[in-house]
Amino acid sequence: MCLGIPGKIVHIVDHELQLGMVDVGGIQREVNLSCVAEDDQKLESYLDEWVLVHVGFAMSVIDEDEAQATLGVLNELGEMQEELTAMREGAS
Amino acid sequence: MSEAHATAADTGTPESTRVRHGKLVSQVITLAHGGGGKAMRDLIDDVFISAFDNPALNTLEDQARFQLSDLARLGDRLALTTDSYVIDPVFFPGGDIGKLSICGTVNDLAVGGATPLYLTCGMIIEEGMPVETLRKIVASMASTARQAGVQIVTGDTKVVERGSCDKIFINTAGVGVIKQDYQLGAHLAQPGDVILVNGFLGDHGAAILNARGDMNLSSPVESDCAPLQGLIQAVLTAAPGTRFIRDATRGGIASVLNEIAQSSKVAIEIEESRTPLRKEVKGFCEILGLDPLYLANEGKIVVVVPEAEQDAALSAMRAHEFGEEATSIGQVLTGGVAGRVHMQTGFGGKRIVDMLVGEQLPRIC
Amino acid sequence: MKYVDEFRDPEKAKILINEIEALAETLHSRWQRPIRIMEVCGGHTHSIFRYGIENLLPESIELIHGPGCPVCVLPMGRVDDCVQIAERPEVIFTTFGDAMRVPGSKKSLLEAKANGADVRMVYSPMDALSLARKNPDREVVFFGLGFETTMPSTALTILQAEAEGITNFSLFCNHITIIPTVKAVLDSPDMQLDGFLGPGHVSMVIGNDPYAFIATHYHKPVVVAGFEPLDILQSLWMVLKQLESDEAKIENQYSRIVPEGGNDVALQAIGKVFRLREFFEWRGLGSIDHSGVQLTDAYLAYDAETKFNVKSIAVADPKSCQCGEVLKGVIKPWDCKVFGKACTPETPMGALMVSSEGACAAYYQYGDLKKLNVRLEVEEEVAVA
Ligand code: SF4
Repeated sequence: MCLGIPGKIVHIVDHELQLGMVDVGGIQREVNLSCVAEDDQKLESYLDEWVLVHVGFAMSVIDEDEAQATLGVLNELGEMQEELTAMREGAS
Repeated sequence: MSEAHATAADTGTPESTRVRHGKLVSQVITLAHGGGGKAMRDLIDDVFISAFDNPALNTLEDQARFQLSDLARLGDRLALTTDSYVIDPVFFPGGDIGKLSICGTVNDLAVGGATPLYLTCGMIIEEGMPVETLRKIVASMASTARQAGVQIVTGDTKVVERGSCDKIFINTAGVGVIKQDYQLGAHLAQPGDVILVNGFLGDHGAAILNARGDMNLSSPVESDCAPLQGLIQAVLTAAPGTRFIRDATRGGIASVLNEIAQSSKVAIEIEESRTPLRKEVKGFCEILGLDPLYLANEGKIVVVVPEAEQDAALSAMRAHEFGEEATSIGQVLTGGVAGRVHMQTGFGGKRIVDMLVGEQLPRIC
Repeated sequence: MKYVDEFRDPEKAKILINEIEALAETLHSRWQRPIRIMEVCGGHTHSIFRYGIENLLPESIELIHGPGCPVCVLPMGRVDDCVQIAERPEVIFTTFGDAMRVPGSKKSLLEAKANGADVRMVYSPMDALSLARKNPDREVVFFGLGFETTMPSTALTILQAEAEGITNFSLFCNHITIIPTVKAVLDSPDMQLDGFLGPGHVSMVIGNDPYAFIATHYHKPVVVAGFEPLDILQSLWMVLKQLESDEAKIENQYSRIVPEGGNDVALQAIGKVFRLREFFEWRGLGSIDHSGVQLTDAYLAYDAETKFNVKSIAVADPKSCQCGEVLKGVIKPWDCKVFGKACTPETPMGALMVSSEGACAAYYQYGDLKKLNVRLEVEEEVAVA
């Protein structure tokens, strides 16, 4: 359910309506930013941010650090597996 | 009027054989232009004949006439096909209904190994169409026909009341001649054969869906609409053992692959990582939840060749302007479940690629 | 594409598969039965089939494809209501594409359109509102569908209509809520599940707390999962790790998108515009208490049901339909008596055959009809080849 796709905010279209243009792989679409824009922040500060877009609304600003951390877990797992294999091979 | 000695080589002769030069004065097509009187004659002379201009058409007979001996020189079998073109919008990025109506029929002939020669043109026009628009469509048909080396040799025009059709419907039928040596068929694929395509998939489908504007997306993707007779002849010359060629129009390559698998009673495997997709078509599909394997193409063919001829076929395709991105996307398996197509996903899994049920609708929630 | 391609990396998938295989083996030999994990969300079901994830997994893991496809669970009676509204001459009926094919008792929206109703596909409720702006002499109705993910966009659109004083716009509200539904699945006596993949995009709106009861009351692990194939594998691995150490807690695999507390602006908009219905009817599952929302009294002017005086008539699911059992994981799609016979994607009888996110449609389309099992078939192909 709920198809959502990451896109980058490339320009602000309408400040009052809080609309921004989001780019997904070269395709652009006007997107409502009100769910991600904080009251005291200028919309311009969201330029170049990546957001998750669902039915024309940006629903979440993507957290780069968390994305890296998620992938980092997998890298560590991979290294552990390699070490284990190396140890087994060394033992035999 | 003597019989026309029309051959493909006559296209674009500088000396016109036109006998009638009516002028169309009105700005808008009305029911009168389909009425059979002077208005209709002027429309035919000024819009169609002047654009299509070729000896067979210029005779203005009720039928185009051909010398059998001319045709026989090119091969031993006639190929005949027809297709009707309805498209919304009529003008779209990368083409229009006129270009489409030539490419579609030319390609339907060419994929059978035929050299396309003559096309007919039947039009149903909704009253109220600006004459300028019609001229643009006809001009696009004429230039595409020239590019494809075919002549539009006979035609018919009807005008219907507003609301009875959507702007314009075009039917083109085409005749071509198949060379003695060519034997192509969907049932001829054999284990070990490879599956080739001539470039990026899904451009036409993505361009049209976007051009309708319902989704309010801005996309640079253009339709791939193109006449492929030259490319196909090049493939057949380079790879004479080619088993089958089909243009992957509605239903996308998934439908063509399923047809091959079923007709040849073989299993086919394609690899997701090798299917050529433009970044923008990928993005378009991600946003709308569409599967690019089912998007329509108007300038893409699926080619099945024996493995030994793969390289020859690919280099012939890549040397052609409509095949620069040609690549192999999979093969016919030895064994496997006959009639099935599956895909090795880019993620390492496998999934079945089935025929499409109905139309592909954007998946949003 | 950033944040997409990294999460489709087949090399990292192999690492996860290794871990998953080891854990599954331990659990399987401990329990002597398959490990059953439900992905609640139809988006996950779609990814699982699209990337062929099931045949990467060891046999001992069974994925149960849950009720989280809002298009699939729409009951026939509601579709009939839709058609009734859409067929009014003054109405422009706007809908997401995938809802067009859902069968009502007489016809689908696609068929209503063929019969002359002005039904239009939109990408966003905001596009429906623009249509209302551009067509002041017509009534534009938006078919509001979806779980908490989609609710904020509808709510914000209603608030925008109010702010602009647009009166020819209304909502046919079929928004549903996920928690009561998961609870209904958990409470059913024939329920046989060991853990859950939580719906990532719903959580991005409502946060992770609402799932706490699944861990505390039912002692089942929940991992809120993203939608890329690596997300799904990683989440499965996390569920298995919890099961192996006999834990039951709520974890968040999709932390790049899902903030622990959800989205305040979105929740406020929902709170302002919607209130819970006493119950909502689901195709295949029957009536579930508090599982749907409707507009609050303050926004009744935007309620299409009120505006067009829709008299809902409930239509029972066909008797032979076994969607409920499939949803709960009691039977597999191909065990249903009508699967692939009376019930196909062209003529769906049950909810799960309607959209490609439904388990039956997914198996029908991606699985072999004779053996009815993608995994078996692919293995056989591999063996023969
Ligand atoms: S086959 Fe049809 S009726 Fe049976 S469970 Fe699946 S969707 Fe429901």
